[in-house]
Amino acid sequence: MSEGKSARVLVVTSGKGGVGKTTSTAAMGAALAHLGEKVVVVDFDVGLRNLDLVLGAERRVVFDLINVINGVAKLQQALIRDKRLENLYLLPASQTRDKDALSEEGVAKVIAELRTKFDWIVCDSPAGIERGATLAMRHADAAIIVTNPEVSSVRDSDRIIGLLDSKTERAERGECVDKHLLITRYHPWRAARGEMLSIEDVLEILSIPLLGIIPESEEVLRASNVGSPVTVNAALSAPARAYFDATRRLKGEQIPMQIPNESRGIFNKLFGRKAA
Amino acid sequence: MNLLSIFRRGSAPIARERLQILLAHEREARDQPDLLGVLREDILAAISRHVSFDPDKVQITMDRGATVSTLAVDIEIPNRRRPSGSLPRYNRLMIDAEVASARSQWTNGLC
Repeated sequence: MSEGKSARVLVVTSGKGGVGKTTSTAAMGAALAHLGEKVVVVDFDVGLRNLDLVLGAERRVVFDLINVINGVAKLQQALIRDKRLENLYLLPASQTRDKDALSEEGVAKVIAELRTKFDWIVCDSPAGIERGATLAMRHADAAIIVTNPEVSSVRDSDRIIGLLDSKTERAERGECVDKHLLITRYHPWRAARGEMLSIEDVLEILSIPLLGIIPESEEVLRASNVGSPVTVNAALSAPARAYFDATRRLKGEQIPMQIPNESRGIFNKLFGRKAA
Repeated sequence: MNLLSIFRRGSAPIARERLQILLAHEREARDQPDLLGVLREDILAAISRHVSFDPDKVQITMDRGATVSTLAVDIEIPNRRRPSGSLPRYNRLMIDAEVASARSQWTNGLC
């Protein structure tokens, strides 16, 4: 913990499943650690944990969040240090099927302890609006709302924004959770052809500040395949650079927003066809 | 913008429009969690000061439109006197009100 700096609790949430919460948690957690911050990523998806797999730590899990809450293990025993980034830690979720194992007091206690040890506590929310999701956002100072430019994802994001404004500790104190929109799986050519909601459309509808735009890329899939965040596995790829920019913005740096673009020939520009 | 899109407009504008309409309604419902419940209580309290009625014979519905919503209150009021032997007769009180859709009025705080 860097002295004199207060810890930030960040929730990565979306409502809808499969939009890229876990991928983004891993990518931005690693990017923060790379930028010198001491980071813990916490998996709140009890019963369906996957952050361990995306980070390549699935075989190193001994104790988990529920064990810490129940007092079976100490926090230090459950934290897994990343093998590539010494500033990055993982607190895995349990694979237990009992959703009630996550108690409100237990989560509060663990978050309070993590605040004394880390600069950033990044909570990977489960999909949905049930207990797991509301507990993941409960103590958040800031939220990243991961959204695909697609109707059901945008609708669910709007719902989640409503919960962030009512069900969090900050909201109950009359304060605001800082909300940041992260658009993932963006296809520039589809948006250009009017086949996909554009960045402007999504921003106009959700009206929260834009943190970054992550282009759809095979590098993201490849990174999960090998169990390494895309910001580590392919640090110079387009999605990794977009994640790094988003991470710097999260830290308060002024980075101009790049709308991902495809270099296309004059024929494709005229007729809007994607090169095969 | 390209040549083809002039002739064949993509489906994104439809998506945007559908979302804008849907979310306007959902936000309204979210910001006033039990507007209908509150209205019901207040309206019934006001009416019960003047006439007695069976609370089960009350129907309150809200029909939401794009710019204006309609609130309909339908209350069955038993007649005080009825000739012995005849079937009970009821009067019916109906209130129709137009309610302008206004979100800002119900939102609390600026987040």
